[in-house]
Amino acid sequence: MAITFSTGDLAQATKTSRQGKEARPTLRSTLTGWAFCGPATLVILGLSVFPAGWAFVLSLQKNDLITPSVNVGFSNYQTLAQDPDMFAAAWHTLFYALMYVPTSVLGGLLLAIALNRPIRFQWFYRTCIFVPFVASAAATGILANFVFDEKFGAANNLLRLLHLPQQGFLTDTHQAMMVIVIISLWGSIGFCVLTYLAALQDISQDIVDAALVDGANKWQVFRHVTLPELGPVTVFTTVWQMIAAIQLFDLVFTTTKGQPLNSTVTLVFYLYRMAFMEFKAGYASAIAYVIFAITMVLTLFMVWYGKKTKVEAF
Amino acid sequence: MAVTRATKYKVPFSLWHFLLAPTALVFVIPLVWMILTSFMPDTDINRFPPRFWPSTFSVGGYSGLWTDSHIVLWFRNTLIVSTAGVLGHLALCSLAGYGFARLKFYGRNMGFFLMVGTIMVPTQLLMIPTFILFSKFGAINTMAAPIIPWLTSAFGVFMMRQFFLSLPRDLEDAGRLDGCSQFGVFWHIILPLAKPALATLAIFTLLGTWNDLIWPLISISDEKLYTLQLGLANFQGTRRTQWQLLMAGNVVATLPLLVAFLAAQKQFVATMTFSGMKG
Repeated sequence: MAITFSTGDLAQATKTSRQGKEARPTLRSTLTGWAFCGPATLVILGLSVFPAGWAFVLSLQKNDLITPSVNVGFSNYQTLAQDPDMFAAAWHTLFYALMYVPTSVLGGLLLAIALNRPIRFQWFYRTCIFVPFVASAAATGILANFVFDEKFGAANNLLRLLHLPQQGFLTDTHQAMMVIVIISLWGSIGFCVLTYLAALQDISQDIVDAALVDGANKWQVFRHVTLPELGPVTVFTTVWQMIAAIQLFDLVFTTTKGQPLNSTVTLVFYLYRMAFMEFKAGYASAIAYVIFAITMVLTLFMVWYGKKTKVEAF
Repeated sequence: MAVTRATKYKVPFSLWHFLLAPTALVFVIPLVWMILTSFMPDTDINRFPPRFWPSTFSVGGYSGLWTDSHIVLWFRNTLIVSTAGVLGHLALCSLAGYGFARLKFYGRNMGFFLMVGTIMVPTQLLMIPTFILFSKFGAINTMAAPIIPWLTSAFGVFMMRQFFLSLPRDLEDAGRLDGCSQFGVFWHIILPLAKPALATLAIFTLLGTWNDLIWPLISISDEKLYTLQLGLANFQGTRRTQWQLLMAGNVVATLPLLVAFLAAQKQFVATMTFSGMKG
């Protein structure tokens, strides 16, 4: 069973659906309703809406998590706008996103097309490509440290076998982020493959047959029938992967911890370092709000696009 | 169909195999190697070229884990967090999902709107205030800290609501005519129909709680209260190159989900489609 969400639903979710004969809720039905919905709503509001608001208040404070906080207005944001470390973190995150998002989307498309063919071993290929999805960031990180270990790692051994020069990988400032991109692809490309597989299976065979009858060859069918049909899902997957890229933290924490020479410090890792290692909770909350703002813009774009195209995704 | 048209001569198998076979191996070999390495003595690992297959199967990694770490406690803690999270999700999300889908009450639209809006809020934004909140309530360094954020989620409620909306209304009306209470209708008629959705929800939560790093990381500092993921991540810091030990830990942390995935691949894959965020 595949469950898909229309982002249009997000927008329409609040519109009342037709409710049969009963016109207005009664006291009794309201009590019943809240008995069903109250607990979950309370937990979610208490752990999301309230902290989200509080985070904004925090971002206007100087707060070391121990001594009483001091209100400092928007000065955290002003400092942020001139903080070279923040710009470095933003650049690393952008670099990661620029590398990770297109490769995961295009790679996902390619693999989905391949996996959509009725060929032998199809189930085996699918299993292999999807299985890393269950590996945690911690396990993936440790495994990556092993494979890319400078001395005994498989990657350098392979290079040695091929008589190629040894690489620093995660210890090289110019390579570390690239290696993290590769690790992320290993762990998460299954998601892109899957969204494309679902989209490919939704394409009506009738259009394809019609094009073939009209004399189109396989490539023309793909170029002029399949590819346009995949447009909306590509937009969604891309935006979704961008949001995921902006939030990169776990893998950095379990591989490089921001090293070497801070070359893999991402926005969220910088936030974590500021909040829980340097105890600048106010400043870190300002960083969090910057990340929130970017995520929000991307999400709203997705909702808008979903309404515009009325396409089912997520 | 399977062979591209460009090939004039007939190839006995699809050319896609040339893409898929190497790719599949790249994805699966690290995991196989992880398991094999956990049984390798260090002399097999630290040599040129290292072995793929162990010369002898040694359980030193696992016994080392047993003596040098609190792996059993970590496993237990993860089990507690996952069980609580899955049960919490199943109960709260299905109740609320049903309420928002079918019941009529004051404040429903407002409540649902607020709740769905929180899907947009990234976890990173919540880390600091939640940490302060937990400190105020003395929840830091207790098992409550990694559990509470996983009790329910807007995503789960939303998913269940979508599912309940797709069920025909007649079934419930029949139940009501038979004199069932609202909860009776939900429990006896609706829930049995919701098994596929509940399975997806359970797997989604299991994956999230089992692999969660961020909440334990910020709220637990007592080694005995670590979850598997936090324990491993920190263990790595002190045992940098003891690969046999680290891989054994990886196997302990990954194998349960790996087995579950192989046993119920279809359900796991259904979950993947809407939980793209990982790591």
